[in-house]
Amino acid sequence: MQQTTTFSEGFKDCVPTLIGYISIGFAFGVVGIASHLSLIEITLLSLLIYAGAAQFIFCSLIVSGAPMTAIILTTFIVNLRHFLMAFSVAPSFKHYSTVRNIGFGTLLTDETYSVAMTKLAQGETLKGNWMDGLNITAYSAWFVASILGALVGKWIPNPESWGLDFALTAMFVALLILNLQTVTKSRLRHYLMLIILMGICMYIMIQLFPSHLAILISTIIVALIGVWTDR
Amino acid sequence: MISSSMFIVILLCAFVTWLPRIIPFIIVKRTPLPQSVMKFLAYIPICILSALIFESIFVQGATFTTIRLNNLCVLLPTVIIAIWTKSLSITVIAGVAIMAFVRAV
Repeated sequence: MQQTTTFSEGFKDCVPTLIGYISIGFAFGVVGIASHLSLIEITLLSLLIYAGAAQFIFCSLIVSGAPMTAIILTTFIVNLRHFLMAFSVAPSFKHYSTVRNIGFGTLLTDETYSVAMTKLAQGETLKGNWMDGLNITAYSAWFVASILGALVGKWIPNPESWGLDFALTAMFVALLILNLQTVTKSRLRHYLMLIILMGICMYIMIQLFPSHLAILISTIIVALIGVWTDR
Repeated sequence: MISSSMFIVILLCAFVTWLPRIIPFIIVKRTPLPQSVMKFLAYIPICILSALIFESIFVQGATFTTIRLNNLCVLLPTVIIAIWTKSLSITVIAGVAIMAFVRAV
């Protein structure tokens, strides 16, 4: 059985996700420079906001000259899904101090959350040091990669052609499959039905709302349907 | 260089990003969640992950949602590779490689 105890094991469990952080962080640096942000601004965004989607949207709003309130409100909504994720992982850490809990939450991302939930689904207990190892490794990679992207950004006209932006989606696919792998046959059928429902729901919501809102609304709807159709 | 107004926007954005990340940890620490809420939360990982995946293939169109064919074509083999290898790193590297290949042809 794998271990989810120490800081270094957290580091190890983060390694497979690093290609995602590095490629997207790098792409963010490049996009930041292309959006006429300075190296300091790019660094601060990655250090303080530390949320991929929100940082990209920040760049596009700055470029379009959006007012300050619109930028802050959009950032808030884009990251609201963290609220649901934090709620679902937090019970595992409730015996740790409040300060440590704030630490776990501060560095929580889509990926570290999903890695942690996959471990939980595989029947393991999560330890604080492991979570810190996972979170801090991801945070460092994101920070370094965005600075690198900003530094070489001028010479990279089109990072998309490398397919690196797909790293995130591929990672979500792998994490979803790893999650599904742990459930029993009858549960699996239930989950697959929910995933199909999610496809339909997202198809409708994407047309009606900006995609970050579509994700939030669809997640709440389909999770509720999951509860109602649970036997 | 950074202007003070830009600095303030970044700080405020950081603050509104931080709150939803930490508030649940503080609430859960103080009061245990009711069973029904826990049941709902148990569905969140699968739902968020699949929503994020669908987001990569759907895009707002003029009248109906349109499908990014490139992404869909890469997504299918990526799913198969994920099921087959059950490996995060192999899936990510393969996905990126297939996407680079699809964009090159």
